[in-house]
Amino acid sequence: MSGLLTTRRVVLAVALVVVLLLPFVVGLYWLSTLVFVLIAAIGALGLDVLTGRTGQISLGHAFFLAIGAYVGGWIGADLHLTAALWIPAAAVIAGVVGGIVGPTALRLRGLYLAIVTLGLIYIGQHIFVNVPALTGGPGGRAFIDPAFGGFSFTNGVTILGLSFDRNGLFYYLALLLLILAMLFVHNLGRTHAGRSMYAVRDGELAAAVLGVNVARTKVSAFVISSALAGVAGAMYGSYLTFAVPTDWNLALSIEYVVMIVVGGMATLWGPVLGALFVIGLPALLQQVSGSSPLFGVLQPADAAAIVYGVMLIVFLLLEPRGVVGVVERITRLFQRNRQLQPDPAHGGP
Amino acid sequence: MTTFIELLVAGLALGGVYALIALGFTIVFRASRVINFAQGQLLVLGAFLTSWLAIDGHVPFWFAFLIGAAGTALLALVFQVGVLRFALGRPDFTIVMLTLGLATILQAVLPSIFGSTGRGNGDPWGSSSVQLGQVAFTWVQVWTVVAALVVLVAFWLFNQRSRYGLAMRSAAADPEAALAVGIPLRRVYATAWALAGVVACIGGVFLGGYPNSVDPTLANAALLAFPAIILGGIDSTTGAVVGGFVIGVVEELTAGYQPQYASWLGTNFYLVTPYVVMILVLLLRPYGLFGSRPAERL
Repeated sequence: MSGLLTTRRVVLAVALVVVLLLPFVVGLYWLSTLVFVLIAAIGALGLDVLTGRTGQISLGHAFFLAIGAYVGGWIGADLHLTAALWIPAAAVIAGVVGGIVGPTALRLRGLYLAIVTLGLIYIGQHIFVNVPALTGGPGGRAFIDPAFGGFSFTNGVTILGLSFDRNGLFYYLALLLLILAMLFVHNLGRTHAGRSMYAVRDGELAAAVLGVNVARTKVSAFVISSALAGVAGAMYGSYLTFAVPTDWNLALSIEYVVMIVVGGMATLWGPVLGALFVIGLPALLQQVSGSSPLFGVLQPADAAAIVYGVMLIVFLLLEPRGVVGVVERITRLFQRNRQLQPDPAHGGP
Repeated sequence: MTTFIELLVAGLALGGVYALIALGFTIVFRASRVINFAQGQLLVLGAFLTSWLAIDGHVPFWFAFLIGAAGTALLALVFQVGVLRFALGRPDFTIVMLTLGLATILQAVLPSIFGSTGRGNGDPWGSSSVQLGQVAFTWVQVWTVVAALVVLVAFWLFNQRSRYGLAMRSAAADPEAALAVGIPLRRVYATAWALAGVVACIGGVFLGGYPNSVDPTLANAALLAFPAIILGGIDSTTGAVVGGFVIGVVEELTAGYQPQYASWLGTNFYLVTPYVVMILVLLLRPYGLFGSRPAERL
């Protein structure tokens, strides 16, 4: 296996085809769950840039999701402008807010940063409740489906005999945005800025001694992380159609933290797998239990919370590189076994 | 003036609870450099256990309180011995996330067991109040301040005078050196967590007193106590106490006066004042008022 057709590329191509065909295979319930997974994966990639790659603990991710959602609501629903404008605008404005908040992080580290970003959640909710023009106040506000010119996701569309409804369109748009985000984050890891982030994570003082501009690196990590959260938030609000200020709470932030930890921090696929787990599990439990609580007492959402609380602990203790780490271990095991097999062409090792 | 004194007493009572919660954080942090993000859930567990025993089990309140505290301490101990012990020496991030994992689990488990509707905390005072001149305050407020002071003094004595207190202080100062002179670090960490459980239960029960009730949202109070520990400096018990009372008083005074004098700050601004105070303090003194600045090593 060499040249153009590496195992990796074949697997990726097959995966892409499967992902592209999924909306035609799965039912409404799972399609809708998958849309939420894709949207969350964009946000989780953002948090991973900050936490996984730069080592800055943040419990304030939900705040930036909210900024994105409200920018989408303002430009899309209130000003009736195209989604080609409000999706990038959500990224830019959330990124700018991240750039404003980021510098507070410069003087703080580790545990202190975790607590201050927690404060961001509460101060954010207070602000959101008190600017009803933008957020609808405590009662919440409605968001709008993406619309490009006269074409809105609400009505669906038929192209070449294939019909796409609202969910299908959301799925492909979220998929496109996720792929773009993944390409961006992947390439970021190979730039000077990206490598500076790793250096800051692995030893701030050492990085500074080596000539890395620690302050700039941290702030840019905040900006990138918030911008991706902004895109995710805008899409999330739009798909959800309605949100109240208290939706952007600590629990939402913790879900994102669980995504990156369980999926595997500082890996490209970790946040995506983590999002699949954190969003998919409650949906699965909901499907299994129907309307009655599990074991007579547990609501599906609670059962899911217990499972991912346990998974969080188990992964942190046993495999800090998350699901991606587990997959790598299995692949290595498989490859080693193959190497140990006698090669018929050369008469054994 | 009457309003001011009433607000001040309410603030001191709230501050007493914050000080208790903050003490729980500080005990654990000093011993093992861990911030326990599940402290709020321990609080809820303690309050629920006590309330359930006292109201449904018809156990006398003080006895129920004792069992509640023991139960909470046991859970904290089990978590330390069963989970955290294996993460010694791991980065801050890992340890924060482990306690968040416990918080997530308890957050889901507790309402499933005890229900999510509010219930009384089972104390004998209920809503009875006392009148001193023109100023009225509830017995719960009085007892909260008393309990907070008693616990704080008891902990201070324990910390300064007992062998275990000495062991905890030396473990906090330098774990390796402490280990070298024969201090059983594992037992110190376990004790710290058990104590934090007891303090959490006391805080939870008083927080659940009239006019509040015992329900899962009590856990949020622990998050509001973060500003108290930050204000005081995370590794300082004096700081935790001062920070707790300051934050409590500031919050109640804001609740009383802000709607009248600074309504542009929005409704219920008092709920976020602890965080606003905290951020201001951190920008000026990143290690709090009483905290020590850690030395940095490459």
